Amino acid sequence: MKKTIERGYMVLILIFMYAPIVTMIALSFNASKSRAKWGGFTLQWYGSLFTDGPIMRALVNTLVVAVLSSLIATIIGTVTCIALMGMRTRTRAVIMGITNIPMINADIVTGISLMLLFRVLGLTNGFLPVLIAHITFNIPFVMLSVLPRLKQVEPSVYEAALDLGATPVYAFMKTVLPDIMPAVISGALMAFTMSIDDFIITYFTKGVGFNTLSTLIYSEVKKGIRPEIYALSALIFIAVLTLLFFSDRIPKWTARQKKD
Amino acid sequence: MEKELIRLENISKSFDGTLVLDELDLVIHENEFVTLLGPSGCGKTTTLRIIGGFETPDTGRVIFDGKDITDLPPNKRQLNTVFQKYALFTHMDIAENIAFGLKIHNKPKSYIDDKIKYALKLVGLEGYEHRKPSSLSGGQQQRIAIARAIVNEPKVLLLDEPLGALDLKLRQEMQYELIRLKNEIGITFIYVTHDQEEALTMSDHIVVMNQGYIQQEGSPEDIYNEPENAFVADFIGDSNIIDAVMVRDELVNILGTEFPCVDKGFGEMKPVDVVIRPEDVELVSPDKGIITGEVTHIIFKGVHYEMEVTALGFEWLVHSTDMFPVGQTVGIWVDPYNIQIMNKPESEDEEAIPLDV
Amino acid sequence: MFKNKKTSAALSAPYTAWMTIFIIVPLLMIFYYGLTDSQGSLTLANITAIGYGVYFKSLLLALWLSFLCTLICFILAYPLALILARVSKNAGQGLIITIFILPMWMNFLLRTYAWLTLLEGNGIINGILSFLHLPTQHMINTPTAIVFGMVYNFLPFMVLPLYNAISRIDTAVFEAARDLGAGRRQTLFRITLPLSVNGIISGVTMVFIPALTTFAISTLLGGSKVLLIGNVIESTFTQVYDWHLGSGLSIVLMIFIIINMIISNISDARQEAEG
Repeated sequence: MKKTIERGYMVLILIFMYAPIVTMIALSFNASKSRAKWGGFTLQWYGSLFTDGPIMRALVNTLVVAVLSSLIATIIGTVTCIALMGMRTRTRAVIMGITNIPMINADIVTGISLMLLFRVLGLTNGFLPVLIAHITFNIPFVMLSVLPRLKQVEPSVYEAALDLGATPVYAFMKTVLPDIMPAVISGALMAFTMSIDDFIITYFTKGVGFNTLSTLIYSEVKKGIRPEIYALSALIFIAVLTLLFFSDRIPKWTARQKKD
Repeated sequence: MEKELIRLENISKSFDGTLVLDELDLVIHENEFVTLLGPSGCGKTTTLRIIGGFETPDTGRVIFDGKDITDLPPNKRQLNTVFQKYALFTHMDIAENIAFGLKIHNKPKSYIDDKIKYALKLVGLEGYEHRKPSSLSGGQQQRIAIARAIVNEPKVLLLDEPLGALDLKLRQEMQYELIRLKNEIGITFIYVTHDQEEALTMSDHIVVMNQGYIQQEGSPEDIYNEPENAFVADFIGDSNIIDAVMVRDELVNILGTEFPCVDKGFGEMKPVDVVIRPEDVELVSPDKGIITGEVTHIIFKGVHYEMEVTALGFEWLVHSTDMFPVGQTVGIWVDPYNIQIMNKPESEDEEAIPLDV
Repeated sequence: MFKNKKTSAALSAPYTAWMTIFIIVPLLMIFYYGLTDSQGSLTLANITAIGYGVYFKSLLLALWLSFLCTLICFILAYPLALILARVSKNAGQGLIITIFILPMWMNFLLRTYAWLTLLEGNGIINGILSFLHLPTQHMINTPTAIVFGMVYNFLPFMVLPLYNAISRIDTAVFEAARDLGAGRRQTLFRITLPLSVNGIISGVTMVFIPALTTFAISTLLGGSKVLLIGNVIESTFTQVYDWHLGSGLSIVLMIFIIINMIISNISDARQEAEG
């Protein structure tokens, strides 16, 4: 009896979580352009999707920003973590405190503050400010993933490598880096997800005429979203599902993403 | 013998299709220190958890003080548990931990305060009322877990390997502490452990379990001196367990040589297991022994020498205060009273399994 | 590991610069604009504006709706986290978490937008209701719809920390409580809730702040009929171009964020003290 109630409750919550996704996938096959009525089954939106300029440009922008920003954030974040290890605790605490600000602050405030800066600097041409903004909010995710791991690294292994005649860089590459690699990768994946997912900060920092998928969708909300976007989202969802199926890493870092 | 307190009838329990307890029957009397002893996976902890109410048996009944409590939830049972890793409430201080059960039962504040004082005194931690559990050592936490349980004046205290997480010295101290406690408060203790020495030291009554069956129960002396099968013999202390044939009453053929013994009633030419404790194997000059062999290993153990002697193709484990160098030929003599004859196990399940305890 | 101070300083220089330019300076700019008027003279008017008219009303509404959202999320998520913590002991916890995380990979605007189809007057839910001869509900463009959308979007942020906190509690502790005479309800209120308080605080923070500051959800599900403080700040910047007022209102938002931060820091510190 108790089990039935528990299971029923979980199912209800799952329906709540997945109902809009099912709706959206259904709409991607809807021949009618209006989301309010069903006009029969069609695959035409999946075809016209790839010839749709704005959508394809937004998709490319989203991916380029996500890849570049997570890559750069990973490099800066990891190097900074290494530097932090050699610093006094006080200095380290100050830097980590400031690093935490974009995570704790509301996205709208972070977005506005960056917008003010970019406007004053005259950075309004779309791509670059968005990239900088994304790097800025991605670095904390990388550092919060790498730093705890780095603290666990046994210094004696690195010292042993030095003792055996390795240069510091070589010793680092051969002993420390392999140890922290999982944390670096999960930090990078997290940054990538955050970048793909972001709407608010992009919305405030993007210039005119530049769109990622999020901002494109937002701009289309008023006039009604075109079915091609449903088709694209359905494809992305299936892609993520497939990725998840092949990797059991993702749930672990997602569970951690807000906790750390 | 004291009055019967707990009776387990025909208890079976399986987890995910694996049978953990198989039609177990067990009677526990008032005021006994009972130990459930066995290797991990033998069903001892499950038995304890069924008594505590944390597991429901698939079949069978639990009778407590004449009443069927099989389906009674743990909070309605007149017994308390000391958990393996203490399970103290980290968000409460020591006094709040100890008072937990009393508050649940709406005891008056003055009574609770007295009880806390009394319990802390009993476990030797006076003045710890307002410390947090995390500031205590493992041994101290264990004492608090015991105090928290006994203030509720249970009829039975269940202890699930309570000393497992402590270091050797502390463990030995706590063993005496537990015996003292038991005598002071005069209730039944049911103790689960895989440590035979702990069981022999503390118990009035030992229940040896393996693979969901009770292998033997009895006093520590009975269990040690008269193991009923090869598993018990092997699990309790060191022993030589040898395949043999009972020729007739009072004569057993061990590896081709006949040894006089004192057991009767096994029949003629019946295959049996023979148990001989290492301290009962006496090394003598070759002409005085029943058989002869050669010393192959020797280790000094402090109180005695531990030697291995190869004789009749078998490695005999010998404990002796006399030293015989490796390579020396010696005679082996065994007092007929020290040869313990056991029936061969009837089923696979009861077969002695190799242990890494 | 790297005891060399010079190397450390050199390695940290790029990020220190980045952090200064892109985190500290922008925040200082908010304070600069928020505390000055268009002539550049010092004023508190941009901040005190929150006490008047649409600003005050939108802040109150946002506080009320985000409070409701947080409360509903908590009520929905706590039993769920309890169930998940128990179930995941058998079924792998990765799978269960994934199921609750997966929707987050689909753009949240689209997911929220899809609720329009489900909620609107001739939408699917009303279709089902009228099929069952039940009264249909008018939900779109109401605060109710916004709370609905907030709960939908932020529920996982409540479930995950609660799940983490609860599944970290040693199950023997629950058994100990039962053993000492506590019933299910007493165990929940005296043991489980206090022991998961850090998860609760972290869940509340993670739901309350984005709910309080959202403008996208209210735009999508509220039409332009329901204004929250987020909408007001957004339009102050993107339509009125009043950086001073917008920054002043942002400072007000930050006050709530800082209060939240202090609360969660206190709980962290307490957790560390308890080990």
